[in-house]
Amino acid sequence: MAESQIQNYTINFGPQHPAAHGVLRLILEMSGEVVDRADPHIGLLHRGTEKLIEHKTYVQAVPYFDRLDYVGTMNQEHAFVLATEKLLGIELPVRAKYIRTLYSEIGRILNHLLNVTAFIFDVGGMTPLLYGFEEREKLMEFYERACGARLHANYFRPGGVSADLPAGLLEDIAAWCETFPAVLDDIETLATENRIFKQRVVDIGTVTAEQALDWGFTGPNLRASGIAWDLRKAQPYEVYDELDFDIPVGKHGDGYDRYLVRVLEMRESVKIMKQCIAKMPGGPVKVQDYKITPPPRAEMKRSMESLIHHFKLFTEGFHVPAGETYTAIEAPKGEFAVYLISDGTGKPYRCKIRPPGYVHLQALDMMSKGHMLADVVSNIGSIDIVFGEIDR
Amino acid sequence: MVDLLAGLLPPFLWRLIVIVVQIVAIVLPLLIAVAYLTYAERKVIGAMQLRKGPNVVGPLGLLQPMADGLKLFVKETVLPTSANRVVFVGAPMLTFFLALVAWAVIPFDKGWVLADINVGILYLFAISSLGVYGIIMAGWASNSKYAFLGGLRSAAQMVSYEVSIGFILISVLLCVGSLNLSDVVLAQKKMWFFIPHLPIFVLFVISGLAETNRAPFDLPEAEAELVAGYNVEYSAMTFALFFLGEYANMLMMGAMTSILFLGGWLPPFDIAPFNLVPGILWFILKICLVMFVFLWVRATFPRYRYDQLMRLGWKVFLPFSLFWLVLTASVLTAFGWLPNQG
Repeated sequence: MAESQIQNYTINFGPQHPAAHGVLRLILEMSGEVVDRADPHIGLLHRGTEKLIEHKTYVQAVPYFDRLDYVGTMNQEHAFVLATEKLLGIELPVRAKYIRTLYSEIGRILNHLLNVTAFIFDVGGMTPLLYGFEEREKLMEFYERACGARLHANYFRPGGVSADLPAGLLEDIAAWCETFPAVLDDIETLATENRIFKQRVVDIGTVTAEQALDWGFTGPNLRASGIAWDLRKAQPYEVYDELDFDIPVGKHGDGYDRYLVRVLEMRESVKIMKQCIAKMPGGPVKVQDYKITPPPRAEMKRSMESLIHHFKLFTEGFHVPAGETYTAIEAPKGEFAVYLISDGTGKPYRCKIRPPGYVHLQALDMMSKGHMLADVVSNIGSIDIVFGEIDR
Repeated sequence: MVDLLAGLLPPFLWRLIVIVVQIVAIVLPLLIAVAYLTYAERKVIGAMQLRKGPNVVGPLGLLQPMADGLKLFVKETVLPTSANRVVFVGAPMLTFFLALVAWAVIPFDKGWVLADINVGILYLFAISSLGVYGIIMAGWASNSKYAFLGGLRSAAQMVSYEVSIGFILISVLLCVGSLNLSDVVLAQKKMWFFIPHLPIFVLFVISGLAETNRAPFDLPEAEAELVAGYNVEYSAMTFALFFLGEYANMLMMGAMTSILFLGGWLPPFDIAPFNLVPGILWFILKICLVMFVFLWVRATFPRYRYDQLMRLGWKVFLPFSLFWLVLTASVLTAFGWLPNQG
């Protein structure tokens, strides 16, 4: 009898798989139900964002960041806007800083709500997802009332934010902050202490602190492994150093800890939002240098100088002094950074984006090896990936 | 009129007609019940998830199941080129057929049973064991990796949980002394079996969830992992047959639960307002109750992993049901409560 070669069973997981969180294509080599190798393929959502930005003015580049991680969009804008401001060497009005902080935290909750509930959905619990979407809808309305768009906000601009908040919005956000923890409790009731949920995620996809550092983990994934590293505390930007909040840290680095860290972070975010609303100062929402931010429309009709500013800003944009910067923010998914090189013209010379999800995805093979097929799904859910930012 | 007809026709033909009419009288309401079980599922889960569920087709969306059925009926049946055609088409038919055939021995009310055989429970057990073939055949004949894994999982799962269901049934039978389902119900005149047998009643409902591949044991069709499991390649009527079979099996599980533990068609109290209600209504009410629990569980629980499900079946349910069997037998013998002695 001829010698037969035993081959592993390969499964093509995605890109059209309901649990692939976007267009992840995963080649799984299985022996029975156990995964021998998980090989993620990237690039199915590649849109050449970085190259496109090189041909756009700084203001025109902002919307591209909404389309990276389309779950909590303003946080991405934040990194680019901060990098531009660093090169410009400008200081923001305090109100702009508070508004940005407030909306960054809304973005964090938007992201974590989707991830946490989708994670529960990945292990089979349907209901939290719908609870979560109800709240996300309310948050997106806050987005909409600030900037006119539910998702692709384009609200943060170099030099501030595009417009001041409408009257009454802060009160509504404050009211939401009071009701949201109860919804979070509901979601937790269905998952946190549920035996089946715990059996599915405790000790699954464990990443030790050392491994997390080796694989370049950041954000909740890193903190779940027990390392208290949060850019909001480590190198505070905007007004985070004036606010009182805690950094939840996990112990075991498994899927359950990643879930818990995110849930606790949402509660901390609510705390931050409340403080932002309480401390929100008056004043302008963008720098009053009309070489960078557009002048008020009324003034444009009267003043020749303002008209010229407006024309220059919306045709060639402002010029940024030559230089380079690596500016990172604590995006909901981890360290989201922009490496921006300016050659002194109105367009960036190079804009390298560091997405946290890209780094986390590479650890999927390490996390899933030796686990079962169902665990791959929960691992994908627990590391929180969105393909918009991975493929860029 | 009926007597006249019976006199005119040859006796065997008359019997045949009677049986066919009886079968139709069972199958038609059953299929309608299946259709409205899907409606109830969407409504109940919708309510639990802050949604409305179907509410557009007809008043309160009541015609939704009909619309769904019509859609599946007129769609094209896609046969994958690499599939084994005969088995591929045969599998859903088998599943559907077995799901209907099981109802032959179910007593809906006193004396309302198509086949009042003395081995009713054995028959049910045999039929539900055969159910796994439909799924295995579907998984294998599809020639798709997802379907294959789904089929394997399903087979392993159904076999495992049938073992503990078997022991649970034996515990009940010891208290009845008959395999006839009507006798099982009548034996509960004094006390429904779920009171003395509460632990295995719970076990039975959970095993029923596993047996019918419902959440949290819906691994064979785990959408997060296997997309749709064994029926991933099926479309149109072949899919509809699986679907109908699956829901008919759920109703079957509800019927079995109410017959074995909840006193079948018996009213909860044998006093005036309760025993005036026809038995069949009680029976339907009890099935609805069990079905509601099934749907409730689906909206609430995450899904087990394959190995955990196996462990639960073999290492928890099986030993416990075995223990309960021995306990029941011991108690019955020790106190001389064995039925039909001598």
